Amino acid sequence: MAEHHVNTPLTEEVVMAFRAGDVVTITGHIFGLRDATLIRMFDQGVEVPADLTGAVCLHTAPGVKVDGDQFIKVSIGTTTSTRMNRFTGGLLRKGVKAITGKGGLLEDSTRLLQEHHAVYLGLVGGTAASETMQIEAIEEVWWRDLMPECLWKFRVRDFGPLIVGIDAYGRNLYLETKAQAMEAMKQLHL
Amino acid sequence: MNSHNTWSNDRYQKVVEAVAALYVKALKDLPPDVRTALSHAVRRETAAVGRTVLGTIERNIDVADKEDLLICQDTGIPVYFVEVGEYSGVNPVHLEQAIREGTEQATATHPLRSSVVSPVTRKNNQTNSGYRVPVIHWEFVSGRDDVQIVMVPKGSGSENMTYFRMLLPADGVQGIKRFVVESVVGSGGNPCPPVIVGVGIGGSADLCMVLAKKAISRPCGSSNADPEVAGLEGELLQAINASGLGPMGLGGVNTALAVHVEHAATHISQNPVAVNIQCWAARRARLVIASDGSMVVGF
Ligand code: SF4
Repeated sequence: MAEHHVNTPLTEEVVMAFRAGDVVTITGHIFGLRDATLIRMFDQGVEVPADLTGAVCLHTAPGVKVDGDQFIKVSIGTTTSTRMNRFTGGLLRKGVKAITGKGGLLEDSTRLLQEHHAVYLGLVGGTAASETMQIEAIEEVWWRDLMPECLWKFRVRDFGPLIVGIDAYGRNLYLETKAQAMEAMKQLHL
Repeated sequence: MNSHNTWSNDRYQKVVEAVAALYVKALKDLPPDVRTALSHAVRRETAAVGRTVLGTIERNIDVADKEDLLICQDTGIPVYFVEVGEYSGVNPVHLEQAIREGTEQATATHPLRSSVVSPVTRKNNQTNSGYRVPVIHWEFVSGRDDVQIVMVPKGSGSENMTYFRMLLPADGVQGIKRFVVESVVGSGGNPCPPVIVGVGIGGSADLCMVLAKKAISRPCGSSNADPEVAGLEGELLQAINASGLGPMGLGGVNTALAVHVEHAATHISQNPVAVNIQCWAARRARLVIASDGSMVVGF
């Protein structure tokens, strides 16, 4: 369980050093998105207004206070990633190097992450209070009509801990653990 | 006690304020029983990743306390369990209205993220309410003169991990056990384990599902009053934790903090079972309205 403190944008070299089970913290910028954002990007093919090269994308729908043109954070955490599994390829083709959320992604995403030399970083679900404190500013909000499912750009400091749930070598800790747990259940002969 | 102590308009207005405060309290202040269960889990955990996850959860609860922040970003679908005492004098139509207004008031004034949309258009009217929502379950209790409202902001990561099956009578309790354990383990990390597993058994299909939801709203680790059902709760907890799925589904000995079973009589040819999972952020808060109108907030 190595620890990595990294800055964004992420390079291939940086993410190739991550192994399943390692712990990562991130300083720099992360992009927030989720169901409706990804539908707009990939199903409706609307051009993405930000450069996602080397980006970290977080599955989220923040709670914010809107004050004129300013967005003030109320609660920013994460959501279940498997719902957005089918958008992994699209994000990686735009240069995204790390997807973060909770619950992991499925087999096809595991292969795509390996092909694109990218990783999935698992946040601890439900720990929005900590994450809200680690977010220093909401720098940009695109597609405000989707509130709260806009495209967000956050500035973060020591964001984490993030657990490398799927590494760039094809290991998926979520699926491995679940398969083992299912097997252990069979042994109980319920 | 008398049945003529009708509530004044002023009292319903106070309930609106109290419900708004109740929703926010539930989102910020984790009940003591859940905190205790989590600290036991930390002490028991043997897996390295599991310890990292549980340590992060404990720190998050501290941060939420100190910084006055929401524990989790998901403001949930608002669910209320209301117990109406026989001599409370409440008008349920007015109380329902007050609960809806309180929910909307909390959303606007805190402000809270609105997590509620139309199922057809997916439109979010930014109020955390909508057609038939907040969800309100009523129970009418004889002999009492108070009203109690338990608020559960039910997060979606765990709510999406809901299961129901009409088993056969011949599947017996054994079939129920298998279904519950497979449902929880099959959910992997999605419901944010360690979870509270709510199980409904018996009744009709609709009642069975409500019982599962009622089960997750009980204090964490409380036992069913019926010793046989309590025994089943213990067996299920042991089996689920033997799986090794662990915190956030990343491995460890803490997959569930508790299993709560609620039961009802059923039909001779039915054996319904429902599973409703509650995440570690098992948020709930209780408002007790006494017959003199005084209000106390707790868990
Ligand atoms: S499942 Fe619960 S703890 Fe996890 S993100 Fe949803 S509401 Fe929060």
